[in-house]
Amino acid sequence: MRTLLAAAAVLTLAVLPIAAPWLQFVLTLAIAKGFAALGVAVLLRAGLISIGHAMFFAASAYAVTFLARAGIHDLGLLLIFSVLAGALVGAVAGSFLVRYRAIFFAMLNLAVSMVFYALCAKLYGVTGGTDGMAVPVPTVFGLVLSEPAFKSVLFYLSLGLMVLVGVSVQRYLNSPLGHALAAVHTNEIRLEYLGVPVWAVLLIAYVVSAALAGLGGAIAGFAIGRVVPDFAFWTASGHLVLIAVLGGIGGVPGAFIGALFLELLHSAAVTVTDSWNLIVGMTLIIVIMFMPQGVYGLFARKEASNL
Amino acid sequence: MTRPILEAKGLHVAFNGVKAADDVSIAIHDGEFLAIIGPNGSGKTTLLNICTGYIRPRSGRVLLDGHDITRLSPRAIARRGVARAFQIPQLFSAQRVIDNMMLGLAATDGLWSAVRRLETAARRDEAMALLDLVGLAGDADRISSTLPEGHRKLLDIALALALKPRLLLLDEPTSGVSALERFPLMEALMSALRQRRITALFVEHDMDVVARYASRVLVWNAGNIMAEGRPDEVFSNAQVRQRVVGVA
Repeated sequence: MRTLLAAAAVLTLAVLPIAAPWLQFVLTLAIAKGFAALGVAVLLRAGLISIGHAMFFAASAYAVTFLARAGIHDLGLLLIFSVLAGALVGAVAGSFLVRYRAIFFAMLNLAVSMVFYALCAKLYGVTGGTDGMAVPVPTVFGLVLSEPAFKSVLFYLSLGLMVLVGVSVQRYLNSPLGHALAAVHTNEIRLEYLGVPVWAVLLIAYVVSAALAGLGGAIAGFAIGRVVPDFAFWTASGHLVLIAVLGGIGGVPGAFIGALFLELLHSAAVTVTDSWNLIVGMTLIIVIMFMPQGVYGLFARKEASNL
Repeated sequence: MTRPILEAKGLHVAFNGVKAADDVSIAIHDGEFLAIIGPNGSGKTTLLNICTGYIRPRSGRVLLDGHDITRLSPRAIARRGVARAFQIPQLFSAQRVIDNMMLGLAATDGLWSAVRRLETAARRDEAMALLDLVGLAGDADRISSTLPEGHRKLLDIALALALKPRLLLLDEPTSGVSALERFPLMEALMSALRQRRITALFVEHDMDVVARYASRVLVWNAGNIMAEGRPDEVFSNAQVRQRVVGVA
C-alpha cells in the first residue's frame, strides 16, 4: 500500500510540470530542499538538531561553480564531485561536532555555518562576495542543451534521485548502523557497553547528512543558476529543520513532503498577499499544533486505519 | 585454583572524602560466580564502574588476563569480552525488545553494514533464544519502555549476554524481579553462564540468592573487604552476620 502511494505521488509530480510548466522550478527547488531536510532528519534520529546544514547545501553549490571553472562541464560528474565536496566538509566539521550533544551541538553547527557564510560573503575574489557566482548550464552526456531543456532534465533527474536516494537512506536507517544511530538517542551508555563506538556511528551519519544536504545544494544551484552566500545563512539552516519537522521525522518521505508542502504553500501565498509570511506562519502553527507527526503522519495514520 | 581472569590491585577511590575503595585488591578466577555483598553505599557498584572503565581509580590497577585495562574506555573493555548488566536497566527504551537484542547481537558481528537489514533470520533466531532464556520471548514485539521493571531487568541481562562475554558483571540482578521469578531467573542465568563458560561477578542484596548460587563471597564494607570465602564460611562469620546480613 505504501509503495503504491509513493509511486502515485512520484507519478503525479512527474506530470505536474506538463500541466503547469511554472511548477517545474518550484518542484525542483522543493526536491533540492527535501534532500537537505532529509540530511537534517537523519541526525534528528539520533536526537541531534543541526542548525547549520545550510553550510553543506552552500558548499556543494559553490563546489559546482569551482568545478565548472576547473573545466568539468558534465552534469553527472559535477553532481558526484560536488556531493563529495559537501561530504568532505561534513567529515571535517563532523569530526569534532559529533562530540557534542543537545543545545551545544545545535549552536556549534550554527556557529560553524556562520563562519562559512562570512567567508563566502567576504572572500570576494574567490566567491564573488555577496554577488555570488553564476552556475553555468552543464552538458548532459556530452550534449549541449538549451537552458529550458536542461531545467527539464534537471527536474526529472532530481525526481529519479529522490526515489533512488530515498530508498538508499531508508535502507541505511533499517541497517544495524541506522538502528545504532537511533539508539544513540535512547541510550548512549548501553551502546558504549556493547562495544559500539558512538562517535563513529555519529560521524558516519553526519557525513551522510552532509552529503544529502550537498546534493540538495548542487541541484538548487543548477535550478537557480546562481550561488550566493545566503545559501549558507542560519535562517536557511532553520528552514531545513522546519521542513524536516513539518514533514514528519518518522520516515524518509517526510522530508520531501515537508519541502513540497512548504514550497507550494509559499508559491500560493505570494500570489495572494505581500504578507505571505503571515499565511506560511499560520499554516506552520496549525500543522505543528494539530499534526505532531507532521504532514507525513496524515498518510501513516490513514494506512494504519485501513488495517 | 584457576588463573585470575580479572584482578584489581590496590584500588583507591574516594568521593568527597568518603572512601569507596581503600587499597582494595580482588581477583576473579575463570569459572567462578563471585558475589559481592555489603551495605548500601559501601562501594560495590563503584568497583563495577572501575572494572568496566566507567570511572578511574585515584590509584591502583585493573588487569584483564594480565593486561592493564585501568585506563581503557567501557567500549574497549566490552570489546575484550567483559559485559555488564546494570542496577537500573540500560535499554533502548524506544525500540522493540527484539530490536534491542538484535542490535546487541549486531554489535559483535556486523554493526558496520549500512545496506543489510538489522533483522536477519539468523539474528532474530539468536535473539529469540536469548529472550527465551530469560523468559521474555512473549514480549519480543513490545516496546521496551512498556515492560514492567522486572522484565526490563531481565532484558538488561539478556542484552549483556548478547555480547557473548567471557566475564559478566551483574549489579543486583534480582532487584526489581518479583519473588516468584527470582529463583527461576537465577536458575536460567546460571545455566546460561555454565553452558557458555562465562565467569560472573555479581553484586547482590538477596542473601538467599547469594547462598545458593555464589561459589565465593566477598563482603565489602566502607571501602574495604571485611570477609571473603565460601558462602557458608562467610555467613557463619559473626561480624558479617551483624553488620551486613543483619542477624546477630
